[in-house]
Amino acid sequence: MTPMYPPGVKRHMYLITALIMLSVVSLLVAVGTGSVTLSMTELWQAVRQPDGNASSLIVWDIRIPRALAAFLCGGLLALSGVVMQVLLRNPLADPYILGISGGAAVGALIAITLGAAALWMTQAALAGAMFSVLLVFGLAARSRHWSSTRLLLTGVVVSAGWGALINILLTTSTANTVQSMLFWLMGDLSQSRPTLWHLLILISGLAILLSQARHLNALSRGDLSAAALGVNVARLKLILYFSAALMTATAVTVAGSVGFVGLVVPHMLRLLGARDHRWLIPGSLFLGGSFLVLADTLARTIVAPQQLPVGVLTALIGVPLFLVILHRGYRQETS
Amino acid sequence: MNSPLLNVSELSLCSPGGILCEPVSLSLNAGERLAILGKNGTGKSTLLHTLCGLQPVTAGTVSFEGRDLRQLSGQQTARLCGMLFQHEAEPMPATVYEVVMLGRLPHARQWHWESRQDHDIVQQSLKLLNLSSLATRDIHTLSGGERQRVAIAAVLAQQPRIFMLDEPSNHLDIAFQIQALNLLCERVSQDNTALIMATHDINLAARFCTHVLLLNGKGGYRFGETESVLDSATLSDAFECRVDMIVTPERRLFFPA
Repeated sequence: MTPMYPPGVKRHMYLITALIMLSVVSLLVAVGTGSVTLSMTELWQAVRQPDGNASSLIVWDIRIPRALAAFLCGGLLALSGVVMQVLLRNPLADPYILGISGGAAVGALIAITLGAAALWMTQAALAGAMFSVLLVFGLAARSRHWSSTRLLLTGVVVSAGWGALINILLTTSTANTVQSMLFWLMGDLSQSRPTLWHLLILISGLAILLSQARHLNALSRGDLSAAALGVNVARLKLILYFSAALMTATAVTVAGSVGFVGLVVPHMLRLLGARDHRWLIPGSLFLGGSFLVLADTLARTIVAPQQLPVGVLTALIGVPLFLVILHRGYRQETS
Repeated sequence: MNSPLLNVSELSLCSPGGILCEPVSLSLNAGERLAILGKNGTGKSTLLHTLCGLQPVTAGTVSFEGRDLRQLSGQQTARLCGMLFQHEAEPMPATVYEVVMLGRLPHARQWHWESRQDHDIVQQSLKLLNLSSLATRDIHTLSGGERQRVAIAAVLAQQPRIFMLDEPSNHLDIAFQIQALNLLCERVSQDNTALIMATHDINLAARFCTHVLLLNGKGGYRFGETESVLDSATLSDAFECRVDMIVTPERRLFFPA
């Protein structure tokens, strides 16, 4: 029998390759499907010659930006989910657990209530998210040893506060503003346009996390264990907290609070064997991205011409998929 | 003359509750093995944590071969001191192999992957603790004793100059207690390193350690060679409980009366 060491480098390579292929396929599917059916040749024509006819407008102005926005958003959320789970050392952590989405939602809902334009809604959401990030950090990290528990409790309590404010705003609003508020709260990509900034934040977030990947492996074993292995834990946590916060805030301003991606994508990959962060981090980016692209494609096609908020679809697909993988992982562990 | 591998002078031991002990001074040369004994809460773990830089040195100095601990980076300290913790939380999944490989982190360079040598060291450590067959198991599925062996394998893979072990015999059956400590002591004399262990097992300390630091819980301590520190009167006083001794042809045995 050949020795099975080093374990899994080849397996991990296959996994990442498969995820990259999945990303490409999901983007192609997203561009290829929609309420207007385009044949393969029409599609190819439209992609190659953006000359302003109807099909090239559909492809270049609607489908491609939306698919890219979904990919960016899913990637950001999944990366942020990985970080939050390690930072809080809690498998239930997701990008929103520290109140970032709550803060963003309150900002956005206030803007909607005041009847602000879409651009201002995004700015207000970003301001709300950043305020929440600093508030939680200020409350939790005042002492030198900001433990994961303290951070988690502070974040959860602040989230609850935002939740109450959201309910006040919802109950006191008129019927037609409530509709757009609900779309914001559930996560919706129909108005999303990716910019260079979003891409830049995704790439720099990825680079920062990859540079800390081995330290993340140590940190997931505990603060003290990591420190004993020479990791500067206080500095690492600071880097992790603010990069996850920035990535989450960016994702929220693009699409509202799309749930489930940040929670389940990291777990799916861990259950598929990618526990080492050097694989888990890029893997999460690709799986999170393609997961949201596919969910959004379904969201805009299954009840076409009507559109569902993508956040509903992520849960609808994610729950059964996650349960199947969890069950399989459990069987492997016990056998 | 060379500086001792570890030199501690006038080191304060403080806990959030106050001062634990008068300033401690001791030194340890390569090849020596030190046991820290004392009642619960006398500062055994605090001392270990302070020595490997996990708690700041508030007063006094700790130096390794003449280099002050406060001047060393986290990575440099982690190459010198390999810490085995008393209890570790394991909330995130990881395989045995991955956990032991983390012991190589202090020797890693940024952006570098594990070398062939790192894998060899990890495999050898697993083999020494009879863990090879468990290499791909998730650590959540292991028993307490198996996890303790994983932690010992990880600290072996770390190849520190000084092993700092907090209750190394925790969860281990008697056969593995002896096997693990034999292994660590062999490693100490082979590589000319040193070992410090905090323990409640006086007999393990007497059997495996050349020196003893006994914290008496009333602010005092005794440090010296094992034979000179361990006797029933001193132990009875330190533990506030009568400790008797019987002498067998091989060794002295201590037990509560």
